[in-house]
Amino acid sequence: MKWKILKKARVIISLAFFSTIALVFLDLGSSTPEIASRFVLFFQFVPSLLKFLSISTLAASGFIAVIGLTLLFGRVYCSFLCPLGVLQDIIIFIRKKTGNIKFNTRRAHTKTRYGILITVVLIFFSGSIIGLTALDPYSNFGRMLTHLARPVVIETNNVLVFMLESINIYAVSPVGLKGIALFPLIFSIVILGVIVLMSLKDGRLYCNSICPVGTFLGFLSRFSLLKIRFKPSECIHCGACVRACKSHCMDMENQTIDFSRCVVCYNCLDKCPTSAVDYRWAFGKYEPSGLEDAGKRDFILQTGAFLLANRSSPLWAGSPIEIYKDSTVPVIQKAPVSPPGSLSLENFTNKCTACHLCVSACPTQVLQPSFLEYGLLGIMQPRMDYKASFCNYDCVVCSTVCPNGAIIKQDPEAKKLIQLGKAKFIEQNCVVYTHKTDCGACAEHCPTKAVRMVMNEDIEKPAPKIDESICVGCGACEFACPTKPHKSIYVESNPVHGVAQKPKEEKIKIKVDLKEDFPF
Amino acid sequence: MSLKKTRDLDMKRRQFCKTTINFGLGAGAYFAFGAGINAFAAATPEQGSPFDLVAIKGSEPDLMFCRAIKSLGGMKHFVKPNRTVVVKPNIGWDVPPERGGNTNPALVQEIIRQCLDAGAKDVYVFDHTCDKWSNCYANSGIERAVKDAGGKMVPGNAEKYYQNVNVPGGKTLTQAKVHELLLESDVFINVPILKNHGGAKLTMSMKNLMGVVWDRGFWHRNNLHQCIADFATFRKPDLNVVDAYHVMKKNGPRGVSTADLVTMKSQILSMDMVAADTAASKLFGMDPADVPYIGLAQQLGVGTMNLSKLNIDRIIL
Repeated sequence: MKWKILKKARVIISLAFFSTIALVFLDLGSSTPEIASRFVLFFQFVPSLLKFLSISTLAASGFIAVIGLTLLFGRVYCSFLCPLGVLQDIIIFIRKKTGNIKFNTRRAHTKTRYGILITVVLIFFSGSIIGLTALDPYSNFGRMLTHLARPVVIETNNVLVFMLESINIYAVSPVGLKGIALFPLIFSIVILGVIVLMSLKDGRLYCNSICPVGTFLGFLSRFSLLKIRFKPSECIHCGACVRACKSHCMDMENQTIDFSRCVVCYNCLDKCPTSAVDYRWAFGKYEPSGLEDAGKRDFILQTGAFLLANRSSPLWAGSPIEIYKDSTVPVIQKAPVSPPGSLSLENFTNKCTACHLCVSACPTQVLQPSFLEYGLLGIMQPRMDYKASFCNYDCVVCSTVCPNGAIIKQDPEAKKLIQLGKAKFIEQNCVVYTHKTDCGACAEHCPTKAVRMVMNEDIEKPAPKIDESICVGCGACEFACPTKPHKSIYVESNPVHGVAQKPKEEKIKIKVDLKEDFPF
Repeated sequence: MSLKKTRDLDMKRRQFCKTTINFGLGAGAYFAFGAGINAFAAATPEQGSPFDLVAIKGSEPDLMFCRAIKSLGGMKHFVKPNRTVVVKPNIGWDVPPERGGNTNPALVQEIIRQCLDAGAKDVYVFDHTCDKWSNCYANSGIERAVKDAGGKMVPGNAEKYYQNVNVPGGKTLTQAKVHELLLESDVFINVPILKNHGGAKLTMSMKNLMGVVWDRGFWHRNNLHQCIADFATFRKPDLNVVDAYHVMKKNGPRGVSTADLVTMKSQILSMDMVAADTAASKLFGMDPADVPYIGLAQQLGVGTMNLSKLNIDRIIL
């Protein structure tokens, strides 16, 4: 009976982790309790390790817990905590329900898996995170949610909004989707494709050939205190365990198990009709264990609704005639702007594995995956895209969700003084100068009044003037600037984030006499 | 403040609104002005209103509205039973009420209550915000106020809500995408807040209508003042209520801190946007001639800047 409870526990815990992580990424109302998201993200191996490298606190010690668990129980991370692993289990489960899938005994892909692990580690120590960005299982799962699942959730929400509004209910709100990042989308589709194909055909092959975390924990699990082992005296050579083993690591003929590939799913224990498969002290003696039946568990699977566009069509074609003439000077930004709390481009690009949780969580969607802005090795790492949106002055969401320590948690008041970059003005593009008409969109949106409209006597119009010392680089001015195709104001990145001064407060000295007559 | 206390205070205010102002304070105003000035007369809905504009000061936003609307024949004059109403406050910014960046929530709440008391079927409230819309709705206090009063808060953040329309009276702005509520509702009540503004000089009734269209960039590129005046010809609000309680004198329209504000405890009501904005600029302390869109709108026949020709009810509480 004791094995039954182990598998049951695995299924429950793994689904809890999987669905909580999915919820954190897909929740449109940002209503997931912070404690829940922090708990599940705490255990994600690569993010936690990277976070520990920037801030060595208890909150970043999840990877140590995982190492500890592995040395005790084997690679429980892969079956309990890793969302990409659980995703494969779900695919395998569906495959089992729809057809017969039987696993067999295979050799390990030792050269491939250690080759990949060593390559990733070498790349990391040579100063690039690209190997982890490409292969960290959590980050890959995050990108799949962000770029494949979230758009479906958003469109489903919007269809629901559309239907409710047609009966005059405004309880649900529509959510906009600021563009689709092509590269992360394609990358996610490719990884998902590889994972689906591998898991359908070969179970947990991905985890035992490609995944660097799997390989590393597999190496550690050689030293685990508890291991799954054959008890030759009890084995009737029925092969039930081998057929159930997603990792192909059970060798019934030789009564050995390659525990470095075992993801500790407990399926073999569950399936063995005698008690020949045992989970026990790796160095201890046999203890007789009871016989039990294999139980079947149902997964509840959520199926995504289909994607539907719900934009209203214009009553007639054609666009308004503009008197405006296009701006002429292209904006050349020297470096991308990294999110508040990332400290510097260096810290950010060294710690971020592009899981895109901040991209999903950002309320204004200013955080967008980069393409080559950070260079080839920083591909997909998020940047502040001020064409898409701007950074909300009071918001610190990205810094609270980042599991990697790439964006470090910020106090909202301190965040208001972080200078991500400085606004730069291009007079030749500005409509006030080119058309001699009033505008002020940049100054209007600026939360600190680093950009203000000051009377220019030459053109007799108020024109934008920038005070860089109080500019926080939030991009509100750049986003709001109406000139096209080139903006007239943009944020030049601070490669190392600076500290802005507090805007000066000057109390207005006007006496209001409430009994005085109206001036008209 | 406890919930019960709040409710009690609320009850008292409503009671106050219904009775006291009508007689007690009305008389007070009468004596304050002396007999020579327009005798206080609460017009009835049937009569219509003898006044073109009401200026009031010296009390709280909701109470001033209670008093001022009576001079215009009461809400029943504007809202007939079973009509739908759209109320358009300024909810542009993610700032709390005390920062004066958005219309006073107590004023919005009182307007909705009176609409529903007058028999309105539904009262909708929305704005096309500048900051993240859900933050603006929540942190301005307006969402809560609207829901408590029984109104419906409608999003303005998706293009699908906006329909293409022609603006036949416009010179530069001849087309726009306008929120469907503005096209579908029977009654349109415009509730701006009076503020300093970097581009438009001042924001009040006409500038507030930028929040009912989708593409504001077009306005900014194509002579902002002309576009504001052009759009004012499209659908004139049935009533404009300019909130001048906390008035942002500088750093507008978002403001940096409460140091930007002056508490003027005033309000201006008018059916004529040009008149309302002319009076509001004077109240602010700026010559209406220095706010180009007001003059441009007068040229387009939206209303009049000549306040001396209007019948104005001036109330000092």
